[in-house]
Amino acid sequence: MKILTEHIDVQGIETIDVFRKHGGYTAVEKALKKMTPDEVTEEVKKSGLRGRGGAGFPMGMKWSFLAKPEGVPRYLVCNADESEPGTFKDHYLMMKSPHTLIEGMIVSSYALGANTSYIYIRGELMYVATILEKAIQEAKDKGLLGKNILGSGYDLDLHVQLGGGAYICGEETALLESLEGKRGNPRNKPPFPAVKGLWQCPTVVNNVESIAATSWIVNNGGDEYAKIGIGRSTGTKLISVSGHVRKPGVYELPLGLSVEDFIYADEWCGGIRDGHKLKAVVAGGSSVPILPAELILKTTNGENRLMTYESLSDGGFVSGTMLGSGGFVVMDETTCIVHNTLTFGRFYHHESCGQCSPCREGTGWMDKVLYRIEHGKGRQEDIDLLVDVAKKIEGNTICPLGDAAAWPVAAAIRHFRDEFEWHINHPEKATQKGAVFMREGASWSI
Amino acid sequence: MTNTQTIQFPADTLELVHKIVKRYPEGKQKSALLPVLHLAQAEWKWCSPEVMDYVAGLLKLSPVEVYEVASFYTMFHLEPVGEHVIEYCRTGPCCLMGGVEVYDHLKTKLGIPTGGTTTDGKFTIKEVECLAACGWGPVFQIREKFYMNLTTEKVDEIIEELSK
Repeated sequence: MKILTEHIDVQGIETIDVFRKHGGYTAVEKALKKMTPDEVTEEVKKSGLRGRGGAGFPMGMKWSFLAKPEGVPRYLVCNADESEPGTFKDHYLMMKSPHTLIEGMIVSSYALGANTSYIYIRGELMYVATILEKAIQEAKDKGLLGKNILGSGYDLDLHVQLGGGAYICGEETALLESLEGKRGNPRNKPPFPAVKGLWQCPTVVNNVESIAATSWIVNNGGDEYAKIGIGRSTGTKLISVSGHVRKPGVYELPLGLSVEDFIYADEWCGGIRDGHKLKAVVAGGSSVPILPAELILKTTNGENRLMTYESLSDGGFVSGTMLGSGGFVVMDETTCIVHNTLTFGRFYHHESCGQCSPCREGTGWMDKVLYRIEHGKGRQEDIDLLVDVAKKIEGNTICPLGDAAAWPVAAAIRHFRDEFEWHINHPEKATQKGAVFMREGASWSI
Repeated sequence: MTNTQTIQFPADTLELVHKIVKRYPEGKQKSALLPVLHLAQAEWKWCSPEVMDYVAGLLKLSPVEVYEVASFYTMFHLEPVGEHVIEYCRTGPCCLMGGVEVYDHLKTKLGIPTGGTTTDGKFTIKEVECLAACGWGPVFQIREKFYMNLTTEKVDEIIEELSK
C-alpha cells in the first residue's frame, strides 16, 4: 500500500504533466471545488494522521487549534528542515516528486484559510529548493497557484525559504524565528504558533510527509486512510534506512509491519549485509533510544515488535524506543556503540542553540566525556557522570533538543554499559584500530 | 574586497533580491536575510564584514542584525575559503559506512586538517553535521552538489576532476 511514493519512480514525475497523468492535483480540484475548508479539516481529523516529523501529534487536532481572528492573516509553513541524523525521507520525496508536496500544500493551505504559505527547507538542500521552485512555477502556469485557483475564488502564494544550516530550526518556533530572518532560538510557549506564530500571526507548522499525505486523504476520505495501519498508528510512513542493511534507502510501509520483516524481507531492507549479524537499531532518528537486536525484534513480553508508534514505545524507555521521524539506523556487530554515541553527543553539542544552560552546558559535558572514553582517557566515574548529566538536561529546557540529546546517551549506557566499561578498562586497546571493534582509532577532531 | 563601495550585486541578482523581499509582508524584509546571505556567499565566496554590511544596507537592517545571524548558521563562511569548500558529514550513519576512514584519506590526500585550505587555494575542508543523506553515506557536499556513497577511490577521482 503506497500513498506518497506509488509513482515516484515514473520517469518525468517531477514535471506537472506526468504528475497529472498519474492522478496528480485531483485533490486540489476536489477540495477547492466541492469541499469547504472545514470539511477538509474534518477528513484529516478522521484519518488519524499523526505528525510525521517526529512528535506524532494528531495533525487534524493541530489544525483545529489555529486561531482565526477577523482580518489577521494565517500561515501554513512546511517544515522541510529535515536534519535529524538517520532521516532523509523528505529529501527523497521532494527531490523525486516535488508536486506531491505542492499539491498537499495547496489542499492544506485551503483548509486553514492561508493565502500565503512557505516551505522552509534546510539550506544544504539548495538543489531541492530549485526543484521545488521549478515545480511551483509549473503549478502557477497551470492556474493551480496564484489568484482564483481553478476559478474557485481561493488565492494562494507559495514560496520556498532556504535555511542556513541549523538542526534547531526543525523545532517549529525556532523555524519561525529563522523565517523571520533571526537566529534560530526556540520561543517560550505559550503562546503556541497556532495563536502567535509567523510575524505574531496564527500559524500551523507541519512536516513535509504529513502535508503530502493530505492529498490522498482528500481524494479517498479520512476513513479510508484510517483503515491502513493498526490502532492509533494509521496510514503509511516513510522510513529512511541507513547503516548495515543490504538495501538502504527510503521505504513507504503501512504502519503495523513487523520490525523483523522490515529488516529481513527482500521486499524491504533485505537483511543485514553479507556475513554479518544485527547488533542494534536506532529506530526513529538519532534522538530516540538505541535498542539491542533482541529488544528491537521483540518486546519484553515476547511479542513481535511492530512498526507502529505504540509497539516501538512498548516498555517505555526501559526496554522500548520511539518511531520518531522514522530514521532507521541499523548496526551490525562491527559497530562500536561508544563511537556512535560520541558522534550523536557531538552532534547535539554542536546543534544546541545555547539559550538554555542545561542544554548548552550539558551537551558540552557529554560530548567531552564521551570523547575521552572513546579515546582511552575515560575514568570509572564517567559512566555515572554521563547518566547524571543526561538526567539534568532532560525536561529542563525550552525546546525538546535537550531531551533529544539526553536520550541517546542514557539509552546507549542502559543497553551497552559493558562497552563503555571496556573502553575505560582497556585504554590502550580502546584507541587501537580494529583491536576489538572495527572503528576504533577514529581521528575526528573535536 | 576591503572597500565597501566595490561591493554590489550584479543587476540580475539585485532584481532577484527585490523579488525575494516581495515574498513577505510590507516591512518584514528582514525575512529575506538568509536567502540574501546565500546569494552574497555565492557572489563573494564568504561573508566578510564588508559583505555583511552591504547586505544590512540592502535590507535596511543594522549590521549587527546580520552578524548575529550569519554567525549562528553553519553554512555561512566568516573566514576566507578555498575555491571548493568540501563539507564532510561526520555524523553517526555516515561513520557506520566507513565515513571516518574516507575522511582520513581525504585529509591526507589534500594535506590539510579540518578547517584548513590547501596552499594553492583550491580546497577547504570543513566537518559538518548530518546532511540528510544517511542511506547514501558517506557523503560530502560542495556548494549545492552532493557526493554520495564515497570510497577512498571515489574521493581520489573527485579531487582529481576538481583539480583540473
